[in-house]
Amino acid sequence: MPTLAHYLIVSGLLFSLGLAAVLLRRNILIIFMGLELMLNAANLSLVAFSRFNLLDGLPNYNAQVFVFFIITVAAAEVAVGLAIIVALFRAKQTTHIEDLASLKF
Amino acid sequence: MQLALFWIFALLTLIFAVGVVFLRNPVSSAMSLVMCFVGLAALFVTLDAFFIGVIQILVYAGAVMVLFLFIIMLLDLRTERTRTVRLSSWLGGGLVVGGFVAALSKVVAGLPALHVAKPDLAAQVNDVAEIGFTLFRNYNLPFQIIAVLLLVATVGVVVLSRKELK
Repeated sequence: MPTLAHYLIVSGLLFSLGLAAVLLRRNILIIFMGLELMLNAANLSLVAFSRFNLLDGLPNYNAQVFVFFIITVAAAEVAVGLAIIVALFRAKQTTHIEDLASLKF
Repeated sequence: MQLALFWIFALLTLIFAVGVVFLRNPVSSAMSLVMCFVGLAALFVTLDAFFIGVIQILVYAGAVMVLFLFIIMLLDLRTERTRTVRLSSWLGGGLVVGGFVAALSKVVAGLPALHVAKPDLAAQVNDVAEIGFTLFRNYNLPFQIIAVLLLVATVGVVVLSRKELK
């Protein structure tokens, strides 16, 4: 039987891979995919905690409702973020973040 | 059996997540992200969270990734040339990620409370009904707020995508 620690390790590795995508990649679309990976890692640990912390013999559904909200907000975030990326591409003709340094101090 | 399935899906998820980070072509990255989300949905099912698994497939692997692929093809990123990456940025990024993994594994290994087997459920759960009850009884106001958020996001996307931004 997998224990809670198994799920938390997988969730942590997934989060660090998302973090690696954000820190190491230079394409703004891949950075955005890394953000999605990190959100999903948080979802995995929330669902794992919900299943291992039973309430009257049932999983703790508050956590799963929370995951539902996270997925909804992430979907809205993806739509807005991709629209911003398209607007940025129209203005600068690039998705490489080193060419998008006009806000850099 | 459960452990074997867990490892299969966990490895599937992690291998495709590595693919997202290290594949050069954005389309291959997006396709591996789709497979990563499918593996994650299977992991949710091993945790008896059937509803979350299904909306993971529908919303993430379906809607969100179609949007990603659509944008990648719209922007036509084929012409992207490889550039020299600075060693310092890889070193710094690797240091942060490695430090995070090391800290996390130390914490998880050091807490015996986390090494518990999965407790048995009292009965066969009907988790869609349970999530529906929780959502509409205890979280009714946040649910309506999230509906407004989705509306605002839709309007925002339409405004952002217009040709001329005034």
